[in-house]
Amino acid sequence: MSFFTVTAIAILVSVALALFRAILGPTSYDRILAVNAIGTKTVLLIAVVGFMNGRPDFLDLAIVYALMNFIGTLAVLKYFKFGSLRGGLSRSHGEEK
Amino acid sequence: MRTISLILVLFAVWLLFSGIYTPMIIGFGIASCIIVALIARRMDVIDAEGLPFQLGPKIMLYWVWLLVEIVKANIDVAKCVLFPKKHLRPSLFHSKVTQKSDLGKVIYANSVTLTPGTVTVDLHNDMILVHALTEGSAEGVKSGEMDQRVTQVMGEA
Amino acid sequence: MELLLDIATWILMMSGCFFLLITGIGLLRFPDIYTRIHAGGMADTLATFLIFAGLALQSGSTLVTVKLVFIVAFIFVTSPTATYALAQATFVAGLKPRLDGFDNSKAPKNDSNAKDEA
Repeated sequence: MSFFTVTAIAILVSVALALFRAILGPTSYDRILAVNAIGTKTVLLIAVVGFMNGRPDFLDLAIVYALMNFIGTLAVLKYFKFGSLRGGLSRSHGEEK
Repeated sequence: MRTISLILVLFAVWLLFSGIYTPMIIGFGIASCIIVALIARRMDVIDAEGLPFQLGPKIMLYWVWLLVEIVKANIDVAKCVLFPKKHLRPSLFHSKVTQKSDLGKVIYANSVTLTPGTVTVDLHNDMILVHALTEGSAEGVKSGEMDQRVTQVMGEA
Repeated sequence: MELLLDIATWILMMSGCFFLLITGIGLLRFPDIYTRIHAGGMADTLATFLIFAGLALQSGSTLVTVKLVFIVAFIFVTSPTATYALAQATFVAGLKPRLDGFDNSKAPKNDSNAKDEA
């Protein structure tokens, strides 16, 4: 058993634990946090699996996934905060509700 | 001037990512780099914030220092996860920011967030609201060492 | 030489796995959202760095190593931004953190030289 296999199993266990948090999570922010954590671990998993199969080209997918994960988290958070995707990400305390 | 340096940076990154070096592919690469740089110029994002060359080599030293801090803080948080009753002392407090430019403030706030155990919750004009996990990590922000180092990197000391 | 590299990779990647599992446990175990954010940030920083360092030792060829460095740089730049956005959205939504320790959020002054409290 190579270290890639062990690492991939550890990442999968960690993703499962984060998934429990996403299911349990009392607030929606807990779920977003879990989704963001799973995204980061997916980047790791893609890279490790690519090395495990001897195809480091998978790293391109990992780069794209890292950027997509960031943009996706920001988009969902903006939607939650402002209720729409229009307008800038500027501060708007007090204007809400 | 900054547009040309942006094209050079983009092309260097493109060369590192591509790995295929035939004339046609390299031509496409140059063309796409120039188009991206022109769009960025039109969007007016090429300035001291978008392409911070003025930070220079000082920020590399800061990154090395930050990496050591991150390792230390990670061990603290790991202890906290394993023995929450003993170590977990969450707190929320304000701290002063001494950087003047927006870029410096963002670098400082992101460094605080990147260090596990402290998260920037809010950034006012010159105050940040920090949530800390343990008393040790709270003291780390309150002592202001990271703040001074960022100010030094920005050349605003 | 080959053996030495393998041993170094084992050590780096196993410590990365350790921190990943700690992150997962912390996400489940901590009491409220603010403390869970800290646990999630641990996977973003040290675990990623250790595992990618282990991969970089194994990669050998230079372009692959450069890509690994770029991924770590992306994650180190983007993850605090996403974490800050999440923490701020939580704060604006009005969720109060559970403070079992001391609370001095009502006195936001002379914090920069608050070392004498220790």
